[in-house]
This record gives sequence, C-alpha cells and structure tokens, in this order.
Amino acid sequence: MAFNLPTETAKGKVREVELGAGGKAKKEGGENCLPFHLWEGQMPNRPMVAAEVSDEVGEFPAALEKALGDVKNDPVAWAKKAVGEWGADAVFLLLTSTDPKATDAPPEQAADTVIKVEEAIDVPLIVYGTEDLEKDAELMKVVATKAEGKNLVMGPAKEENFKRIGAPAIGYKQTVVGMTPIDVNLAKQLNILLTNLGMEADKLIIDPTTGALGYGLEYTYSVMERLKIAALMQNDSMTQMPLLGNVGFQAWKTKEAKSSQEEYPEWGDPEKRGIMWETITALALLLAGADILVLRHPESIRLTKKLIDDLCAVGV
Amino acid sequence: MGLSGLDIFKKLPKTNCKECNFPTCLAFAMKLAAGQASLDDCPYVTDEVRAELAEASAPPIRGVTVGVGDEAFKVGEELVLFRHEKTFFNPAVLSVVVSDDMDDAKVDELLKQVNECEHERVGVILKVGAVTVKSASGDAGKFKALIEKVKDATKKPMILMSEDVDVMKAGVEAAGDSRPLLYAATEANADAMGALAKEKDLPLAAKAADLDKLAELSDKLTGMGLKDLILDPAPRQAGQTFKDLVALRRAALNEKFVAFGYPTITFPCEETDDELYETALAGMYTCKYGGIVNLSHAEAWRMYPLLVLGLNIYTDPQRPMAVDSKFYEIGTPDENSPVLVTTNFSLTYFIVSGEIEGSKIPAWLGVVDVDGQSVLTAWAAGKFVPEVIAKFINTSGIADKVKHRKLVIPGYVAQISGELEEELPDWEIVIGTREAADIPSFLRQLSS
Repeated sequence: MAFNLPTETAKGKVREVELGAGGKAKKEGGENCLPFHLWEGQMPNRPMVAAEVSDEVGEFPAALEKALGDVKNDPVAWAKKAVGEWGADAVFLLLTSTDPKATDAPPEQAADTVIKVEEAIDVPLIVYGTEDLEKDAELMKVVATKAEGKNLVMGPAKEENFKRIGAPAIGYKQTVVGMTPIDVNLAKQLNILLTNLGMEADKLIIDPTTGALGYGLEYTYSVMERLKIAALMQNDSMTQMPLLGNVGFQAWKTKEAKSSQEEYPEWGDPEKRGIMWETITALALLLAGADILVLRHPESIRLTKKLIDDLCAVGV
Repeated sequence: MGLSGLDIFKKLPKTNCKECNFPTCLAFAMKLAAGQASLDDCPYVTDEVRAELAEASAPPIRGVTVGVGDEAFKVGEELVLFRHEKTFFNPAVLSVVVSDDMDDAKVDELLKQVNECEHERVGVILKVGAVTVKSASGDAGKFKALIEKVKDATKKPMILMSEDVDVMKAGVEAAGDSRPLLYAATEANADAMGALAKEKDLPLAAKAADLDKLAELSDKLTGMGLKDLILDPAPRQAGQTFKDLVALRRAALNEKFVAFGYPTITFPCEETDDELYETALAGMYTCKYGGIVNLSHAEAWRMYPLLVLGLNIYTDPQRPMAVDSKFYEIGTPDENSPVLVTTNFSLTYFIVSGEIEGSKIPAWLGVVDVDGQSVLTAWAAGKFVPEVIAKFINTSGIADKVKHRKLVIPGYVAQISGELEEELPDWEIVIGTREAADIPSFLRQLSS
C-alpha cells in the first residue's frame, strides 16, 4: 500500500513580533504550521532561546553556581557571557532586586541596570519584574520611559495591572508580555484588554504560566497546544501571539532540580539531574508550541538549541 | 472504533431474548458502543457479524503486550494526537540496551541500574520498562548467554535485537516463555522472521528505511497472519524521526491507514553519543508518539525526569492526579512546628510542600481528600469545607503530635475561618497566604 504523507494546511498564522530595535532587532513568531511540521508550512523564525539573568541572586543550586562562576553578581557580565559564550538568542533580565518582600530596590536603580545590560548586548532584551502587581507597575513605567524607543519586551502584565504596564509601553514604544494563569480563555481575554487599551497586536507575547516538570508541566503543555491550534487551525486572532515559556525559574525551583546528592542519593548526579529537569521542561513546551524559551543553565541552552537545529534540519 | 450503538444494533438478532442480561438488543448495542459490554455475551450473533464488529471496533492503533506477569507492558491503543482531546493511555516504555560485545562488568552495571531504578510519585511506581538484548557479534551462542544473564538478573520484558534469523531463533529459545519482542523484520528477512514470530506467537518489530517501505513491510507481515507489530521508521536523525512519528500517528488516526495502526519503537541511543542530548531526545519521543524508547544507560539522573515526563504527559486531563489524604512531614517537624492544611490535588500538594521545604522551616502539612481538586475549586464544589476539614483534623491524630493548637488554612478560603473555629473549638484558625510562593515569608513571620 503506497503511503501519502497526511498534511494539514493552517488557516491562520502566528503574528511576527519584533523584539528589540535597530541592529539588535530580531523577529519571532510568523509560523503557519504546528511546531516543526515543516513539511506542511513554514517557521520563518525558529524558536528563540533566551538566557535568564538576574540583578540579584541569593543562593543558587550548586550546578548553577558552578556554571555561572563570577558573573553571578554582575548582570552585565552575565548577559555578555550568555550571548557570547552560551549562544543565547536573547537575554531575559529578571529584576529580582525590586521584590518588595526582599530587597525592594527602587525602580530607578533597577532601570539603570536594564539600560546597562541593554547597551552591553547585541540581542533583544526581555525585562521581567517579580510578579508583584503594584511594584511591577511602578517599575515598568520607569523602565519604559528610560529605555524609550529600544523596543524592550516588558512583563509580566497581568489582568490586575495591564493598564499601568501597557500604557507606558505604548507611549515609549515597547513590547509587552501578558501573563495569565494556565488558561486559554484568560490568555485571549488579556490580549483583548491590551489591544483595547491601544497596544498593537503585533507587540504582544503570551506567557501562559509555566509549570515545571512534575509541577504542572502537563497543564502548560496542553494550554500551549490549544493556543497554537486555535491560532493556526481556527485562525483565532487573539491567540496568534508568540508564546513564552519561563522555564529556568520554575524548573530550578523544584527540589528535584536543586537538591544535592546527599539529600536524595536515589535521584543520582545532581548537576545532570538539574540540567535535565530544565531541558525536559523546555523541550516539552517547544513541542507544544513555545516560541521563546527562557533558560538558566548553559547546558540547557546548548541542548535546547541543538534540538531546535535538528528539528529544523528536516527536508520537506 | 466509531461504530454507533445503532450501527451495532442493526447487526444484532433483534429478538430481545435478554440472555445478555440487558432488557433489549438496543440496550445491549448501546453498552457495546460505550465499551461497557462484550459481544461474547450474545449467544446468537453470527460469526460473520462477530468478525465484522470486531474489526470495526478494533482500536486504530493496536495495543501490543510484551513480557509476562507483573512486569509485562503494553504500548499502543492511543486515540488522539493531542492529549487535551481525550487522554493518552499507555506511557512510552523506556528500555535499556545491553549488547553481546559489552564486557560482563558493563552488562552487570547496566542491569543494576535497571533494577535499582524505581521511584514512587502520586502513588504510581515509575520504573524501567524493558531490557533490549542486542546481538552485535552475530554469534548465536553469545546471544543466548547474554539472554540467560538478563533473565537471571531481572523479570523485565526483553526486546531481542538481531536481523539474523538463525541468531534470533537461538534467542527465542533462550528467552523461553517470557514473550519477548523480536526486533526486527526487514525487507531482507521478512519471510523467515515473520514465520518465526508467527510460529512462536510473539510480537514483532518491523524496520524499514522509509515510510513507503515500512507500509509495504507491515502489509506483508499482516498478510502472513501476524497481528502484534511494532513499527520502526528508522531514520536515526532526530528531526526526521519526529516527522515520521507524527506521520504514523496521523495516518493511523485520521486516515485509518491500517498498515500504520501499530505502536512505534525509537532509538535515541543510536541518534547521538551525547548522554544529555540522548536523554533530551528520549523526552521528545515520550511527548510525541514514541511507544518504546531505547536508551544506552539508566542512571537515576536521566530516568527520573524522563519517567516523570511520561507520568505528566499521560495523565488524564479529565482526572487530576491526587495524593493520599494524611499529614505529611515536611523536613523533620516537632511538637512546636506549624500545622497547615491544603487539598489533595497533586499539583497543589507538590507546590505547597515544595515551598515549605524551600523555607527550611519544618512543618506538618495536612492533605484533605477532596477528589483531587485545587483549593478554590474544591471550596466552590462544597468539598473543602469546615465539616470536612474538621473531621480530617480530628481523625488525623495531629493533636497528639503538636503542643500548640494553631491551624493554618489557605488564604483563598479565609471566609471559612469562623465556621471552622466552631467546628474545631480547641484550635485557633490562622489565615495563610493565597499564593504558595508567599509561604516561606509567611512561615518565617509565624515562627518569629
């Protein structure tokens, strides 16, 4: 029996969103096929791997401490290393210092770090607050103002503070990540609210909330698959934004990734175990439809990029 | 699949004899369509109709069982491309390859890894599914000796790997009645390998260089009367393997292409020498349509994340995983440690216990049985309510373990605190945080 490869043609496609400005700009999204189904469509921009850099780190698991070495306390050096040595396609700067429950650094100080990091790298910059609704709104206003015209990707904007993050983003020409709790309709709703506010739909990215391996990964996996299918097969406009998976932060928070050999001898080598916890979370979301993956460990970045290369190297 | 109750009814005797224990043929047909009755219960249906219905109701991807006894595994019987459409059923089986050109110490080490790999999570035991025994030397004697060694060391099902039919015959003999999977029939050996599998009634893998040849080979083997097949499209390049696996699953489900209505086997161990990347590829095949996944090693650092991935992806989206209802000791709590309650939704438990653990403040975490729902859902459904929580506290024996009487409830159900204090007059109800991420700072305040 001869076999004809079954193909499905999409009705819609993901919006192409530009991250960064000028020579640093990169496009993401634009695909009109399910993830890596290159025999029935195109992914003009392959998924992007962003390295997470933090402006304040307490204690990291040993595997991360070892990989980072002396750049851990220097976000500019860390970002340069992530791009230059690890091959990150973008930098994701987490402004941990601003957390009101910890250091509570003022927005101006954090925004200075944003500018320094942005100037030090030649790839797009994504800037995240600590998910404190009030502080993030104050913070992103200052960040958006100081970085006018740089087309930063700022977030996370949530249902409760989207106006206060969206408005300065519109005014100072930045891109916004909207974050919703693992639900297709809530993700759509926030995009509707942001576009009603005046944001262009092609300046939006969806963060549907990442559950790490063993901690709700299957929920994020299915929400991403459903968003991607709605975008492509149902041509649903408010789901056609690139998807971001915030993997590193969530994966390295789990005890399975961060515990030592002494704590859990039955779980084996802690360094490889941590890397795999992060990489497997990332690859599952990659297959589910993530366009931007945020990772911490350089090995996870290497492995995820290699997988993307292999998946893109298939003839039609 | 896909026959309605009425379609089935048309083929039944329509005598309403009740011998099937249903009042009418129509009622019986409806139960058959729902998979809740067996056609064997109707004594009057003709053999012809029986065969017709069996074929129409066969799953689009056949379930294939390998091995015998408690360790036997089944792959296949999948009905959807995306887990949210229904669920995935039989998680990818991880198998570890031992070969007759390895020295004894290496084989011993691998078999030790296989046997030691066992992890419990949400009441499910996660372990290595099989051992792939490979004839690399082409020597039948060596192959037999290795199979004997594996059989002595473990009860795991075996996948016997040789394309030489004489070597395979020796292997089958050594494997005895353990129902191994034979790997593999190819274009070159299909007649003899197929005949061997048929004679011994064993499952057989079909391996071909591309999907056209694989379809031909599958048709040829089923034409010989074989039913339990496993497919290997064998490109050994990750991107192409992904493409082939998607094509096989789609063809079987959407096109009812019967030649591809079987589970698959993959070999990430042959696609790279990089142990981390090999593990990543095994993860990809666990998500996207791998049935059996072959690995070079089974160290805990790689097996645990891969097995948890299988558990996650194959969880039924309609039925959340639940953990046992009881008090869990987080760290080593004592009589002064805080007491918290939450629900038995596994995700809630994992996240809350993870945050408590991260706080480094030992605590007693009480998990109330609410049918595996999250806090807000269970409260809205009338399951996480004062009477239920009080009953749990009173029967848990926690009062004997702590000296204080402070009970922390999730911030999202603050409104039940008054009523809960009435139900538990000895206890002071403390309102905890809404978000698990805020637990560490909350616990630090509570204990200071």
